[in-house]
Amino acid sequence: MINQSKRKAIGAFAMTFAALTMTTPVTAADTIKVGVLHSLSGTMAISETTLKDTMLMLIDQQNEKGGVLGKELEAVVVDPASDWPLFAEKARELIEKEKVSAIFGAWTSVSRKSVLPVIEELNSLLFYPVQYEGEESSKNVFYTGASPNQQAIPAVEYLMNEVGAVRWVLAGTDYVYPRTTNKILEAYLLDKGVPQEDIMINYTPFGHSDWQSIVAEIKQFGSTGKKTAVVSTVNGDANVPFYKELANQGVSAEDIPVVAFSVGEEELSGFDTSPLVGHLAAWNYFMSVESDENDEFIDAWQSFIGSEERVTNDPMEAHYIGFNMWVKAVEKAGTTDTNAVEAAMIGVSVPNLSGGYSSMLPNHHITKPVLIGEIQDDGQFDIVWETSGLVAGDAWSDFLPESKNLISDWRAPMACGNYNVTTGACSGQTL
Amino acid sequence: MVLVLSLLSVTAVASEDNELIQTLAPELLSKSKPKRLMAIDEIAASSAPRKALWLQAMIDGDLYQLKKTDEIVLATRQGNTYSLTKASDGTGLDSVKKRALRKIKIDNAMRSYLRSLIGTLALQSDDTEERFQAVYSLLGKVDSDAVEPIRKLKSQEKSERVHEAMGLLISIHDLENGTAEQQADAFEFVSGRLDNDVLNSLRRLSETSADKQVVAQAVMLLDEAESRKRWYTYIETLFFGVSLGSVLVVAAIGLAITFGVMGVINMAHGELIMLGAYTTYFIQQLMPSAIDYSLILAVPAAFIVSGSVGVLIERTVIRHLYGRKLETLLATFGISLLLQQAVRTFISPQNVAVINPSWMTGSWVVNPALSLTLNRLVIIAFCLFVFAVLLFVLTRTRFGLQTRAVAQNRQMARAMGIRSARVDAMTFGLGSGVAGIAGVALSQLGNVGPNLGQSYIIDSFIVVVFGGVGSLWGTLVAGMSLGIGNKLLEPWAGAVLAKILLLVFIILFIQKRPSGLFPQRGRAVES
Repeated sequence: MINQSKRKAIGAFAMTFAALTMTTPVTAADTIKVGVLHSLSGTMAISETTLKDTMLMLIDQQNEKGGVLGKELEAVVVDPASDWPLFAEKARELIEKEKVSAIFGAWTSVSRKSVLPVIEELNSLLFYPVQYEGEESSKNVFYTGASPNQQAIPAVEYLMNEVGAVRWVLAGTDYVYPRTTNKILEAYLLDKGVPQEDIMINYTPFGHSDWQSIVAEIKQFGSTGKKTAVVSTVNGDANVPFYKELANQGVSAEDIPVVAFSVGEEELSGFDTSPLVGHLAAWNYFMSVESDENDEFIDAWQSFIGSEERVTNDPMEAHYIGFNMWVKAVEKAGTTDTNAVEAAMIGVSVPNLSGGYSSMLPNHHITKPVLIGEIQDDGQFDIVWETSGLVAGDAWSDFLPESKNLISDWRAPMACGNYNVTTGACSGQTL
Repeated sequence: MVLVLSLLSVTAVASEDNELIQTLAPELLSKSKPKRLMAIDEIAASSAPRKALWLQAMIDGDLYQLKKTDEIVLATRQGNTYSLTKASDGTGLDSVKKRALRKIKIDNAMRSYLRSLIGTLALQSDDTEERFQAVYSLLGKVDSDAVEPIRKLKSQEKSERVHEAMGLLISIHDLENGTAEQQADAFEFVSGRLDNDVLNSLRRLSETSADKQVVAQAVMLLDEAESRKRWYTYIETLFFGVSLGSVLVVAAIGLAITFGVMGVINMAHGELIMLGAYTTYFIQQLMPSAIDYSLILAVPAAFIVSGSVGVLIERTVIRHLYGRKLETLLATFGISLLLQQAVRTFISPQNVAVINPSWMTGSWVVNPALSLTLNRLVIIAFCLFVFAVLLFVLTRTRFGLQTRAVAQNRQMARAMGIRSARVDAMTFGLGSGVAGIAGVALSQLGNVGPNLGQSYIIDSFIVVVFGGVGSLWGTLVAGMSLGIGNKLLEPWAGAVLAKILLLVFIILFIQKRPSGLFPQRGRAVES
């Protein structure tokens, strides 16, 4: 009991703190409310606090431009405290009590999965900004982060074709995102003719800190003279000790490159990156992208947060895209009514930060470029490769037997998130 | 007159050569990798005096083009700006922001190629270490054209180390590409060696060579090497186990005092470790130019910080709850959340960067098949040191005697004139201070952030309970056996299952022997 009430007290404390830092003037009448559902305490605060601040900045900027539909936007910030059931509770509070028009939030897949039934039941909108494992498409969710074919598959293609890797270590944290992604990657590699004995799969617990044996094993696996690469879906905190161990055991990126899907500028700002130079990451945005939009975004962010040290990262860009899409869709629909906005969203196209345009697809995923960057000693990435055009997000992977026949299209008349093209049936939620 | 003229022309040529980097700018910045590689080759083949500098700058990521003037510059980062010198002649330029620069980017393949180019240049360096590194950077990468000059260099080489390394380099080449005689020499040279490049060469040879005798010889050497390598793998696993064990012991030993000796279920133990780690961070911020010594200063500082917080917690909260274990558990859990959120709010929810001093990075290479990482070695030594000091304090000093007396029978101790309240505060302070010291050590291994404590608290309790509450020796033995057990299981069970198996083992063990490996005996325990 004490535990619960303490947590709540701390949550409330964090919320008031967040409210204090909010610059949006709170006027009750005639505003459009936007919910921000990111953990400000608990384990995920490390990543999600930044996204809350990003949303506040974007809402501020929009208000300076005159708001939406002539009304001012008002951010409603809640703190789900890295507690998955609390995500559902807070989402309900945002929709039922605060009457928000849309929610921007969630980070981990499990938090999204816990919000999903609430948002579908109450028919609201969620913008989810993080790369994820795919295999999902809800009428009420817009996925602005990468699906596996917008991050994992291109990264493996790069390693295969440009780096010449023939042996593969798939290392990940033991939960749904790495398991699903590795299943897709393994199927993909086997499909490309990589023999089973050249694929090593390894899972570690959350926050794993002792990487000695695993790194030794990877070193051994990569010592056969054939080019070996590590595809890492290791989550957040466990990455630092992993990379430190690689460096200490003398595994350099030139021998065995590690490509990571969860390591960005924000994660790297936690430590000295000089031993990591050359290891790779695949994202749809890097802070080092050269474009005017990006320069403007970085300047705005650093002045909003009041520090020139702060970095930008891929999920922030996803919110930037998602928020601008929502604004455009609301203006197109002329209302904030969920069904009207949902219909207006499809086909909306807004500038992304890498100098192009991203548009919303009928499956509620977006088009993005895929970039491969190498870590530099200043904690930034040098982009060494990019896809020639935009890659369309695929909700259902073509490489998994159970989902290769599924497609998602939320436009009438199909209006289905998991339509099976062979049986011609829709097995889930419809309009 | 003639002399002066020729001298002049030499300098003219040299400065012209130095303009090469400028003329190659479009190629170096081109999107096409082959073009960039060609430009690099051209630089390496040129006679420009500054070419080694350029190639090194490229590896280091310090070569840029100034957007405004298209000049190629060498840039060093200083805070948010970059200070510049012209690549062609080294003249200083005004500092600029990063956005004013266009980077000459390289990738892993190019970096490795550049390293071998620099290696070739450094083969003739006057510095022995540089020559040695140069030879190693070329292992397995030289072709028949490149190997001939190295043979010549080898015959002139005076340093034994470099001579040996050159022999290895040449042998690896000769194994596959040498004449029959050279191959025989190479076989002799590499016999008994465990270098990866050698083994790969032998492996290729055993698969591709048409000469049966060569294949047989290669296979024999390979088998021999493999069986020796297996031994080293066992030693390595043992090392991993001991090092994991010492991490567990370091993290748990403070708890062995607060929980073990005093019986306080201190859920804030992890946060006291975290405070120690943050202290390390702040000490490093205070002395950025002397990172190598920062840890030595951080140890006493962390002891004082965490120790004082510990005394404060004891005086304000725990003191009122002695004998009420459940309430203590809840109260200290509350304190732990409070400390975590305080760090999040007042410092940052992000992890902070704690730098490894140079004497803790890299590894001690025993032989090509076995190298022990330095940070782990230091932590093993540190763990044993802390253990020895604590054992001394608790068993050989007056304070230790009083602590044990109060722990065993408070009433009797008070009757003997021991100020039990003071001893409680001091003991809790000692345990907390040791947790702080653990934080200094752990900051060198993983993340330093608000969640640091959370990842060690459960393990710490397991170690103390498994070892036997109240026994320092128990903590040491328990930590080490859990570490070694974990590392023995990990290779075949995987990290997740290994942890589960160990937990199952501990559950069974505690069923059988509820008071751990080294149970406390005496009246206090029975009561």
